[in-house]
Amino acid sequence: MATLKVSDSVPHPSEDAEQLRTAFEGWGTNEDLIISILAHRSAEQRKQIRQAYHETYGEDLLKTLDKELSNDFERAILLWTLEPAERDALLTNEATKRWTSSNQVLMEVACTRTSTQLLHARQAYHARYKKSLEEDVAHHTTGEFRKLLVPLVTSFRYEGDEVNMTLAKQEAKLIHEKIKDKHYTDEDVIRILSTRSKAQINATFNRYQDDHGEEILKSLEEGDDDDKFLALLRSTIQCLTRPELYFVDVLRSAINKTGTDEGALTRIVTTRAEIDLKVIGEEYQRRNSIPLEKAITKDTRGDYEKMLVALLGEDDA
Amino acid sequence: NPQKPNQSREEKKRKTKSARRRKMALPLDLESLTEALSGNLGMGVDENALISKLGKSHKDHRKLFRKASKSFFVEDEERAFEKCHDHFVRHLKLEFSRFNNAVVMWAMHPWERDARLVKKALKKGEEAYNLIVEVSCTRSAEDLLGARKAYHSLFDQSMEEDIASHVHGPHRKLLVGLVSAYRYEGNKVKDDSAKSEAKFLAEAVASSGDEVVEKDEVVRILTTRSKLHLQHVYNHFNDIKGSDLLGGVSHSSLLNEALICLLKPAVYFSKILDASLNKDADKTTKKWLTRVLVTRADHSDEIKDIKEEYNNLYGETLAQRIQDKIKGNYRDFLLTLLSKSD
Repeated sequence: MATLKVSDSVPHPSEDAEQLRTAFEGWGTNEDLIISILAHRSAEQRKQIRQAYHETYGEDLLKTLDKELSNDFERAILLWTLEPAERDALLTNEATKRWTSSNQVLMEVACTRTSTQLLHARQAYHARYKKSLEEDVAHHTTGEFRKLLVPLVTSFRYEGDEVNMTLAKQEAKLIHEKIKDKHYTDEDVIRILSTRSKAQINATFNRYQDDHGEEILKSLEEGDDDDKFLALLRSTIQCLTRPELYFVDVLRSAINKTGTDEGALTRIVTTRAEIDLKVIGEEYQRRNSIPLEKAITKDTRGDYEKMLVALLGEDDA
Repeated sequence: NPQKPNQSREEKKRKTKSARRRKMALPLDLESLTEALSGNLGMGVDENALISKLGKSHKDHRKLFRKASKSFFVEDEERAFEKCHDHFVRHLKLEFSRFNNAVVMWAMHPWERDARLVKKALKKGEEAYNLIVEVSCTRSAEDLLGARKAYHSLFDQSMEEDIASHVHGPHRKLLVGLVSAYRYEGNKVKDDSAKSEAKFLAEAVASSGDEVVEKDEVVRILTTRSKLHLQHVYNHFNDIKGSDLLGGVSHSSLLNEALICLLKPAVYFSKILDASLNKDADKTTKKWLTRVLVTRADHSDEIKDIKEEYNNLYGETLAQRIQDKIKGNYRDFLLTLLSKSD
């Protein structure tokens, strides 16, 4: 469930645009005003505000925000204000330019979005970067990572609930055999993870647990700690089967790091606030004995903190 | 001679009737009837000829036809009748169905057409995988995507999962990659990337190690780059190597086909159309004619290119070739599809 709080009656987009304009006028910026508006509008509403702002002031709202704001707060606002498809395009494009932690972002976008959302991200990628997501991912990854990531980002999974139990049994057996011999980069393992529907994959791993007495993720703990590919594989499976647990793990390590990993924190909060941040928050509390909001406020400050709290639905607005 | 004034009306009628019968009592022309049934390696059936000749024929003349037609009938001398060759019935079924199949395919949504083509190819096996290459490489990004959506709807699974679970070996990566692509279709190209990729391809082709299709980098380039980018790669390759990338650089016919489909679809289509119209074409090849014309007819630019290329390659127009080789409603339907772009 989403944590985003939007009141039943919101001002007309042009009024919001006008208010935002005043937030930039004069010395400094009225961040509170920005948060009070943008952090309480849905994706469709934010889109209309951007349009209204552009029509009235001849400038892209995001460009203005870029000029006026800086660092973590700006990043949060930027990501938040973009439409989900554009946001995913931006995140994946950045990920192809950096190093290993970015493989995780590529996998995360590919596996936690619906087939349609991933498709929209690919379309937004064409429009924004004048090339395809897959050509960038293929060009900037190598070896086993490429073998996994390109099929993941190009997948267009069937989204129905139908499950073939015979197939689930076969593929659970196959995966077990490969994992047992530590063949993590095996073609068929990758094939199953990157082409089967999420329902089918869930059925397969349920079968796996029934047949072998332990969860697949537990089986994968047997591998080398330094094996980055194995870590990515585990995250992939987690994203496809229990995404909220994946997000809890990422949030926990982002917050607990000495010096918070704002990148991951911002990314998760802004991309999930309208989807399932509530469930993630509940799971977070269950596993860490502290509410997510509290963990975040302990580790962040200023306008950045206020923005995150607002997106968590915990501010007073 | 003066007319007999007392001829009764009934007598007159009887005389005209037998005169008519005598007129119709011309024997069936073996050659032209065989032609109308596509017995001479044509395609389709000449419905009008069959109605006017066979339909109106006298049973004695049909018997003569059966006796004379060694390709369709065999004489059972012991029992004194002419029975059909097995293949005659099958042959007729096939030839009569060409128009039917073309119409059904034409009425279908393009996405469903392509999804069903891929499904059929998978069922048929390796020898039909070229269809998967054709669909994935000659359609626009949106059309290929549409086919994938239709696949979900028709078969309750994704196109890529079906292909991945049926195809093994190096072709799996190629085919899955080709159908999963959502290529950029704008006009921006990074020429230096194209150049270095051309260089890589040149080296890959020259080396005697792994087969070209097994090289991941080659598959990457073919399955992710935009078609415009690939044109640039193609031009650079030809400059570097001095030989044509489309000259068959791999032992894998699927890879070679992917290249020609991506770079010169009009040439590809012209070649397979010509193959289907060849007198030695086998049953499967003959079906290519319907597929190509029906799936491309909505794209008038492409049909124009195909017609032009066909003419360049074979020195006659596609329309003329079809006129000569094909019969009946099937022929008229195909020619209509072909002329839509005029």
